[in-house]
Amino acid sequence: MISERFPARPRRLRSAHSSLAAQGEPWVWVTAGSLATAIAMIVGLLGYIAWRGAGTFWPVPLELVTLRAGGETLGEVADRESADDDQPARRLLRVANFELSGKHFEWFDEPAITATSRPEWATAVERLEGGRFHGFPTRLLHGDEIVAQGPAAVWQAFEREHPRVRSRFRRALRLDRGDRGDLQGELRAARLAVVQAGLDAPADKARQAAAREAEQRVAARVAAAAERIDAETTRLRGENAGWAVEFRTAADETVVMPLDQIVRAWQPNRLSLAGKFGVYLSRWGEFLGDDPREANSAGGVFPAIWGTVAMTLIMALLVAPFGVLAALYLKEYAGRGPITTAVRVAINNLAGVPSIVYGAFGLGFFCYGVGAGIDELFFKASLVADSQPTFGTGGLLWAALTLALLTLPVVIVATEEALAAVPNSMREGSYACGAGKWQTIRRIVLPRALPGIMTGLILAMARGAGEVAPLMLVGVKKLALDLPIDGSFPFVHPEREFMHLAYLIYDVGFQSPNAQAAQPMVFTITFLLVTIIALLNVTAIWIRSRLRKRFVAQQF
Amino acid sequence: MQARTEPHRDDPATGRPGDQRHAAPADRLLAVAAGQDVPAEVHAVVLQEVPVLEIDRFNLWYGAKQALHRITMPIPHNKVTALVGPSGCGKSTLLRSVNRLNDLVQSVRITGDMRLNGDSIYDPRMDVIDLRKRMGMVFQKPNPFPMSIYENVVYSLRIDGENSRPVLDEVCELSLRGAALWDEVKDRLHDSALGLSGGQQQRLCIARAIAAEPEVLLLDEPCSALDPIATGKVEDLIQELRGRYSVLIVTHNMQQASRTSDYTAFMYLGRLIEYGPTTDIFTKPVLRETEAYVTGRFG
Repeated sequence: MISERFPARPRRLRSAHSSLAAQGEPWVWVTAGSLATAIAMIVGLLGYIAWRGAGTFWPVPLELVTLRAGGETLGEVADRESADDDQPARRLLRVANFELSGKHFEWFDEPAITATSRPEWATAVERLEGGRFHGFPTRLLHGDEIVAQGPAAVWQAFEREHPRVRSRFRRALRLDRGDRGDLQGELRAARLAVVQAGLDAPADKARQAAAREAEQRVAARVAAAAERIDAETTRLRGENAGWAVEFRTAADETVVMPLDQIVRAWQPNRLSLAGKFGVYLSRWGEFLGDDPREANSAGGVFPAIWGTVAMTLIMALLVAPFGVLAALYLKEYAGRGPITTAVRVAINNLAGVPSIVYGAFGLGFFCYGVGAGIDELFFKASLVADSQPTFGTGGLLWAALTLALLTLPVVIVATEEALAAVPNSMREGSYACGAGKWQTIRRIVLPRALPGIMTGLILAMARGAGEVAPLMLVGVKKLALDLPIDGSFPFVHPEREFMHLAYLIYDVGFQSPNAQAAQPMVFTITFLLVTIIALLNVTAIWIRSRLRKRFVAQQF
Repeated sequence: MQARTEPHRDDPATGRPGDQRHAAPADRLLAVAAGQDVPAEVHAVVLQEVPVLEIDRFNLWYGAKQALHRITMPIPHNKVTALVGPSGCGKSTLLRSVNRLNDLVQSVRITGDMRLNGDSIYDPRMDVIDLRKRMGMVFQKPNPFPMSIYENVVYSLRIDGENSRPVLDEVCELSLRGAALWDEVKDRLHDSALGLSGGQQQRLCIARAIAAEPEVLLLDEPCSALDPIATGKVEDLIQELRGRYSVLIVTHNMQQASRTSDYTAFMYLGRLIEYGPTTDIFTKPVLRETEAYVTGRFG
């Protein structure tokens, strides 16, 4: 019986040792090596960005360089090169004082330098305009009066007066930008109401007259308010006017600098570690909380942070329902067949379309199509009176919609996979209880698939937050200080153009007039963008792990 | 049994099989395997019971492959009926046909009918959702829903739109008591059901199934994923349900069938072979094939 089922066959010769492939050791090395390479590259990239980005704001010593040819220069050492066959060793100094020397940075050959020192009172000044200034304080002036003389006394007086001057300056700026801006907005709304009345009811003279009357009332009120603001700003600026610091540069030129033009000044050579840390934190504070200055290469990036986060969240809000509903239909309702397969293939291919194509589509469809239609219907007055589109141009909403479209395939594919991972036994259990299809989906399938859906959203957010190309076409601007979500009615302005960190990287890195000075800013902005994306992701992952605990954990 | 047309060899008057023990076990099963129509041995006692569910000349195909062949059997009211047979004999398919879960499989085609308390299950006018509410089902693997124990039990009421707290509370307690689970979970009703042990989860599924007061309870190998102790508890529970619910249970476990059921049906390759009182099936079956199977000589 046995012999029938297992007929004898010639024995195969076995090799004395199991082969290398059978033991599998080389593959451990190959697989582990690949992973290690990938990790090394990612960690290296992130580490380099973090190190360069975090170091930007640390106060660097100022070196006074005496040249063999005569003359002295004061600057931060930005780079050093050792000697090679063609040229001697040299160092790159950030010499600042662009308006005097015409240079921001300059290379010096080491043999041409006779002496290097770090003078105690060498001062680095960040100005509102004109870039960095390096020099030695000599006098503090108030009008014709000399308040203080000699570096120590000047510095004492500076530290007393500068915060007051700056706070007056900021108040005046706030009045000009905020309050005056609101007034102008009101005036514009009243003016557009008149135009709108003419457009709506050309025959209704009474309504037009009422609108005109309302406009006049608003104009009178605005004029009065503007006068008060003018008086206040004139007073504030007048109080600031006389204050100035006199500096002597290393080249022995004298520069008188108005105090309200100075953002921050520090003497890196005499700062203690705590003092340096103070400057470091204050510069980070400005970076995170203030508006940009000097073509975005200095100051803060707050509008860009705000724009990035607002756009990413709105995009997630838009893409989640669309993607989930589409995937639900594909997975739960659509029958299996060539059409479903074709749709699925098309969705996967959509993920490979270059993002700039989405940008062009968004510009053509959302901005010029839908947006122009909305303008025609609801914002005609602005179009007629100011020939200024409201929704008919790039803006936060269109950018978010374009990116939602871009990330839709990611969400659909991830959701489909999450739905496929819901055990069929759960669906059957629900049907067996007499639940309908939608009841089963809503009460059983969706909660169970939620963590997987969150994974798709996380991927979509990470991808969307880092996109630049499509955004350039549909609403991201180099400078847009009016935030898309702010305190003025109606608080959310989806039509406004906005700033975005990823675009800022491109702008500061490649469009800046002072590229070398902007370079550290590029690293800092990149560092910030990566951190923000990481924060968004960590939040989403935290939510997902809570959902998973609630809906998926199964123990046996 | 007005619809019965299937010929059977029993002598209805005596309820005893006729002198039919002539075929060797393999013969009849070989005939079935060869696709021949072999009439079922249905003991007369079964036909005297009041049926809750009548399966009437039921055929089912998966695509071109026929999985059930002219199944005709009454399921007695308030009794436990076990379906046994080797893997692939169509027990689970038959069970899932009762509450029309096979509708979800696209390639399924059926002929014949089933009647639940006289209402045709496969009538085109029958509302499937309404039909399923009249039945409860428990699956092989425990499948608690991703929600609290409480919500699991009252699920069928919730989807029916019942939101009155006192009603839900009462149903929840009665069902959990009915499933012998109340004492174990009464202090954590609002914890996730997924935190229960496998045996508790299966009893929870039984509580969920009886919460809707089903006319028939379908159990599809309810103990196959459980350890012996949990199996014992579920079997005790089935014993308790006896007399209060009409239970149709599929099982691979002969001891389980003999311990828990009143009637046993032996199926093979999509055909009903023998159907009678459990004691008769296990001690003095009409057919040698049945005897061979229940004593473990094949299958």
